[in-house]
Amino acid sequence: MTLDPIVITLIEAVVKTIVVIVALLTAFAYLTLVERYVIAKIQSRIGPNRVGAIGGIALLQPIADAIKMIFKEDFWPSQADKIIYTIAPGIAVGTALLAWAVMPLHPSTEIFGYRVDFFIADVNIGVLYLLAIGSLGVYGIVLGGWGSNNKYSMLGALRSTAQMISYEVSLGLALVGVLMISGSLSLVTIVEKQSFIWNVVWQPLGFIIYFIAAVAEVNRLPFDLPEAETELVAGYQTEYSSLKFALFYMAEYINMITVSAIAATMFLGGYQGPFGILPGVHWLVLKIMFFIFVMMWMRGTLPRFRYDQLMRFGWQVLLPLALANIFITALVMLVVGA
Amino acid sequence: MPVDYLPILVMIAIVTAFAVIALTLSAMTGPRRPNPTKLSPYESGMPPFGSARRRFSIKYYLTAVLFILFDIEIIFFYPWAVLFRDLGWFGLSAMGTFMLVLLIGYVYVWRKGGFEWD
Repeated sequence: MTLDPIVITLIEAVVKTIVVIVALLTAFAYLTLVERYVIAKIQSRIGPNRVGAIGGIALLQPIADAIKMIFKEDFWPSQADKIIYTIAPGIAVGTALLAWAVMPLHPSTEIFGYRVDFFIADVNIGVLYLLAIGSLGVYGIVLGGWGSNNKYSMLGALRSTAQMISYEVSLGLALVGVLMISGSLSLVTIVEKQSFIWNVVWQPLGFIIYFIAAVAEVNRLPFDLPEAETELVAGYQTEYSSLKFALFYMAEYINMITVSAIAATMFLGGYQGPFGILPGVHWLVLKIMFFIFVMMWMRGTLPRFRYDQLMRFGWQVLLPLALANIFITALVMLVVGA
Repeated sequence: MPVDYLPILVMIAIVTAFAVIALTLSAMTGPRRPNPTKLSPYESGMPPFGSARRRFSIKYYLTAVLFILFDIEIIFFYPWAVLFRDLGWFGLSAMGTFMLVLLIGYVYVWRKGGFEWD
């Protein structure tokens, strides 16, 4: 029995997509627990230690949270734009998940004489796709804030949008240096070319700019102005409850995982180990966990930026640095003749 | 190859289905006990006044325009970066000229106080 190659591709895509989505949702659920625990330890508190505790860590807490979220009342504020208000969380979580379509997770291997690729799609415009999907993520937030028809939501959404689009510029420019070295937009090729030396060695400035811009992009401290509790209650999420709130939360954490994965893939060799040691998905997971831990650490340590400082930093510091990085890279490449 | 994009379409379909299921589930489970106070916009316990859709700062508009400008510039950078090894000094001078033109506008916005929020 032989199947049409298109049918095989389709079946493969369905299986991989479901595996990736389930893995991301599990990672999201447990990240909420890890974050609460890490922040508690940084602040000398105990942290979650009740639901299904093993060794003082509440391992079943995410499941309890999920059940609670599902059975909470879901309401539509009377002045809200019902359709926009409802689809906004869906857009937020959908775009967060879609970025994983081009992420290479593991080197291609032969299983039972059949070649398996550990990515959903290897398109020759991978990096461009990531940026495009990342830009769409803004829609979830701005529509959520607009649809709620609440002053806090509106202000939070406006701030968030201005912040995300400002830092997206630096984010995109920071990646250009990597593209010049790799000569490709396909993430699989970029990872393969880092089998011996990671790009971070050639692009330290680009790496730092990317990481700062990425933290701002996912609205984490010290850039969490959209949700500045003391001023805006909860920003664009103020009017949301039940699973709709959970979807926004999910989008935020999955975006954290995504920007960490992009940082690992573009600068730290993705699934490649240092000097080509045992390439595999475990390296990628380790690198992602490292970045997420740094983000949690920053949340536990740093105070929040003021809004004018935030915008000035994005446009007057990060953007010129990112442009300078491109031209320095270009000059070095031409002079050394790489 | 167009067939490379097929898995992405599959993923879009599955992710859309996931979002729809989650939103429907959220509407079906849980109690439904609305009352006027619960459904009014949250304003820290004060009676809400007016609509939230009022005029907002022109700075947001300016930021959006600047973003479009620089985002398009990034799109120009990407193919240039991929082919940079082949383009060599010619590529660098061409992009340098393009950047120079753009930087004039950037410096103008800076001097006009376009990045100042107060």
